[in-house]
Amino acid sequence: MLGAIGAADVDALFSAVPASALKSFSLDLPTHSPEYLVEAHMRALAGKNRAAGDGPFFIGAGAYRHHVPATVDHLIQRSEWLTAYTPYQPEISQGTLQMLFEFQTQVAKITGMDVANASLYDGSTGTAEAVLMARRLTRKSRIILSGGLHPHYRDVVKAYLKDDQDLICLSPSPEGQGDILDHIDVNTAAIVVQTPDFFGHLRDLQAAADAAHAQGALLIVVVTEVVSLGLLEAPGALGADIVVCEGQSIGNALNFGGPYLGLMATRKEFVRQMPGRLCGETVDAEGNRGFVLTLSTREQHIRREKATSNICTNSGLCALAFSIHMALLGEAGFVRLARLNHARAIALAEAVAAVPGVSVLNKNFFNEITIRVAQPAVGLVERLAQRGILAGVPASRLLPEAPEVDDLIVLAVTELTTESDIASLCAALTEELA
Amino acid sequence: MTTKFTPDHEYIRIEGDTGIVGITQFAQEQLGDIVFIELPAIGKVLKKGDEAAVVESVKAASEIYAPVSGTVSEVNAALSTEPGLVNADPEAGGWMFKLTLADVTETETLLDDAAYADLTK
Amino acid sequence: MSMNSQGRPTGIGTLGTSATGSALLPEEPLLFEIGDTDHSGVDLPDVELGEDRLGDFARRSPLDLPGLTEPEAMRHYVRLSRLNHSIDSGMYPLGSCTMKHNPRLNEKIARLPGFADIHPLQPFSTVQGALAVMDQLSHWLMTLTNMAAVALSPKAGAHGELLGMMAIKAAQDARGEAGRRIVLVPESAHGTNPATAAFLGYTVKAVPARDDGTVDVEAVKAALSSEVAAIMLTNPNTCGLFEPQVIDIARAVHEAGAFFYCDGANFNAIMGVVRPGDLGIDAMHINLHKTFSTPHGGGGPGAGPVVLSEALAPFAPVPFLRKTSGGIELVEHVGEQALGRVTAFQGQMGMYVRALTYMLSHGGDGLAQAAQDAVLNANYIKARLEAVFSVPFPDYPTMHEALFDDSFLKGTGVSTLDFAKALIDEGFHPMTMYFPLVVHGAMLVEPTESESKQTLDRFCDVMLALAEAAKAGQSERFTGAPFKAPRRRLDETRAARQPVLKWERESEVPQAAE
Repeated sequence: MLGAIGAADVDALFSAVPASALKSFSLDLPTHSPEYLVEAHMRALAGKNRAAGDGPFFIGAGAYRHHVPATVDHLIQRSEWLTAYTPYQPEISQGTLQMLFEFQTQVAKITGMDVANASLYDGSTGTAEAVLMARRLTRKSRIILSGGLHPHYRDVVKAYLKDDQDLICLSPSPEGQGDILDHIDVNTAAIVVQTPDFFGHLRDLQAAADAAHAQGALLIVVVTEVVSLGLLEAPGALGADIVVCEGQSIGNALNFGGPYLGLMATRKEFVRQMPGRLCGETVDAEGNRGFVLTLSTREQHIRREKATSNICTNSGLCALAFSIHMALLGEAGFVRLARLNHARAIALAEAVAAVPGVSVLNKNFFNEITIRVAQPAVGLVERLAQRGILAGVPASRLLPEAPEVDDLIVLAVTELTTESDIASLCAALTEELA
Repeated sequence: MTTKFTPDHEYIRIEGDTGIVGITQFAQEQLGDIVFIELPAIGKVLKKGDEAAVVESVKAASEIYAPVSGTVSEVNAALSTEPGLVNADPEAGGWMFKLTLADVTETETLLDDAAYADLTK
Repeated sequence: MSMNSQGRPTGIGTLGTSATGSALLPEEPLLFEIGDTDHSGVDLPDVELGEDRLGDFARRSPLDLPGLTEPEAMRHYVRLSRLNHSIDSGMYPLGSCTMKHNPRLNEKIARLPGFADIHPLQPFSTVQGALAVMDQLSHWLMTLTNMAAVALSPKAGAHGELLGMMAIKAAQDARGEAGRRIVLVPESAHGTNPATAAFLGYTVKAVPARDDGTVDVEAVKAALSSEVAAIMLTNPNTCGLFEPQVIDIARAVHEAGAFFYCDGANFNAIMGVVRPGDLGIDAMHINLHKTFSTPHGGGGPGAGPVVLSEALAPFAPVPFLRKTSGGIELVEHVGEQALGRVTAFQGQMGMYVRALTYMLSHGGDGLAQAAQDAVLNANYIKARLEAVFSVPFPDYPTMHEALFDDSFLKGTGVSTLDFAKALIDEGFHPMTMYFPLVVHGAMLVEPTESESKQTLDRFCDVMLALAEAAKAGQSERFTGAPFKAPRRRLDETRAARQPVLKWERESEVPQAAE
């Protein structure tokens, strides 16, 4: 090959590199390693982690441990899904494109919205994108974040809108207090309301929508536990203008925080201001139905500095996992799954409420509640972890600036939580709080 | 009634103190199939050279600039459902917006038929 | 040219049959056309809720969500998958996209319960192995780049780019230099660069390319001023060339008080051979899915860690790692002055595990070898094709990708797009077309280190034969291509003019003409 190129050696191909920078170092890194040794190294690291499935587990707060059918993981590992590129050549990407069209339909249906995009990175960045989209749509600037919004989501919006005087972040609302409607004014572009909120409370979206719309503002609804939509009224039916969800719960493992799946849906008339890829139906030269990425003039590779966002990736494989799992559930399965989660949460709420020293803050909830434990939650959760119980998230881990949440723990259950898990938690809590 | 052109391929047809703005036959051929047009709000005040509209084809988005200063008095609503009119008939049915001219003399700086034809030769 | 019975051309072809509707590739309906709302492939107990705790918020509107049984789902998704080209089934000579082999060990490791089944908010004491993965990955990235710090959390390359520029902005604000409002971006840049700069409120100023396809340090100096915040430069650049004056450019940028952001999309060409930190770079994102073999997945998920210089390290976002006597922790909160957080949790752990697995498999020596092989392969393609396909910038050896232009098609009636679509009929994914924008009719070919000489030769043979066919006037085999793919060319105008973005039941579809 070097002969064909006419180069003496490979170094000659790097002749444009300044001599001072070319191989001017020795890398302090191990050399290549056979597969069995790499696997042993990585297994040893994996072994230092306590997997969720190793014992009682009650952590949620934006990521949920659900069962993923074996079919899902088998299918997403097929070469044609796993190792395909973005479907920019539609003639040889109809698999991915049709799947995205089906995915968009599923997301539109569960959120009750007109249209959904082909996914974003995750729920938190999706929320920031929704806020920017609302500003473009309304040409107004004030954004109000509810005190029930996941604190990481709030922080991502803050980073995206750095030093913005028109961003109002309301104080955490662990009691589920109505905290947002009074702040809406005519300069408000959007309010952001999460339901179930960070503390597990269900929020009144209709009231929020009415109050926002009365001032010409948009309602952005955030859902971090997408399974809740099996049982809760669709945000679209309650007046939401943009819905953002973290879709991880369906089809995707916990993965220590990523990759996850941002869902975004909106009204038909807003679609041209929506960020992210969109798949649309069309026909080919022989009149056969086919699918293409469309409305791509919104995107950065064409609009450059006038793009709707700088995003150029969706979360394709996670969207595939979501879509397969959702197809396997169907309406009947999705509703059953949601009901099962809610039933477990009712059992949890009743059981922990009976533990002396614990009070449950939620009247309404889906599969997550907040409890007050009358002592610093961080230490308690750590002691419970030593006993082998992962007993939720101390609210102060995400809200260190709010001392009033120091004694709060956010607890989640799913269909994987057993009665004996709940009994173990309650027994351990009883002993620790005695 | 006279029609004048910009080097950016907009035309403006002047009728009294009103100018009708669109893109030229040459421009629509260059852009290819137009799929969406973002029109200005009625009442919007534009200075010469301001971005007034955006024309999107499948693979490109192009800004349309105000050829002269003025206030938007009307937009071609038919384009929202039938953007292909700009391809089919750019200089009649495919017009984009009307401007109430701020200063009629400004149009004198634009290209006339012959000068524009030269430009696109 | 010979024709088959359907009037479709045969000849150079490497694919056996027309694929549309063939025996092994039946037409596949939408899942909503197969499924039904009472079909389910998941056996879940149907619990009765006594008194629910949903308040007034229970669902009233119908879901109308068709489902599939398990065998229906298996068949649906297997059939759909077969309509995709993939790296496992054929070459992707896609310039700037780096479609290299995705080792399956990565997948196996990422699925270990100790990595896949851990929650991002578990107590640190229960995730020491995961934090060690992040620590080891950071060490590899900092060592390979000779940079002071790394922020792992960005979700993809463009997200990393945003973070890197946010860090630059934060650093300038902290220095009291918020008045720097201009970002220099060479004309050949990826579209994300100006999009990112504009997103942060900067004014984008283009820097022209030289005739040889590289950036002229004098042009950069001429554009620099006390108002310039940063330059965003891709190196190796999007023309596949290493910027020969990169060190001088960095010096000039720093002397003007600005920062140097490097788009690291093409780091795969130089990993283990050149360290960006030695070139004067302040921030650079690394696409783990390009350089370190995590799968593209049909368009994500990616991961875009950003390496930072000493000057920018204090402005890294949360979370970051801190080692204590008790082990590793995540620092999740710092003061208000810092950049803050760009994503929930800690980023793309699943991709960290895959990338680290790839790094350990290859070692420092293997990564350098991979970069050199990628460069060798690209130069081989360039050498084999340059007599026919003109090379717009012949002055330097190319790096990991070879750039051609379409001047050989002049007068043939065949466009660059037509030519690329004809490659599909030969079993190859098209190369990158019309990018970079600085070259008219650009064709950008990136073979990666994964392709054998045999595959490269077959690709080059096909390219040369197609060029000959185009010049011989066989334009119809191009203008109608592809003929052998599951679909012929799709009507993108129709898709954009009347967007149909979801499936609706017949009864719900609005009537066309009102």
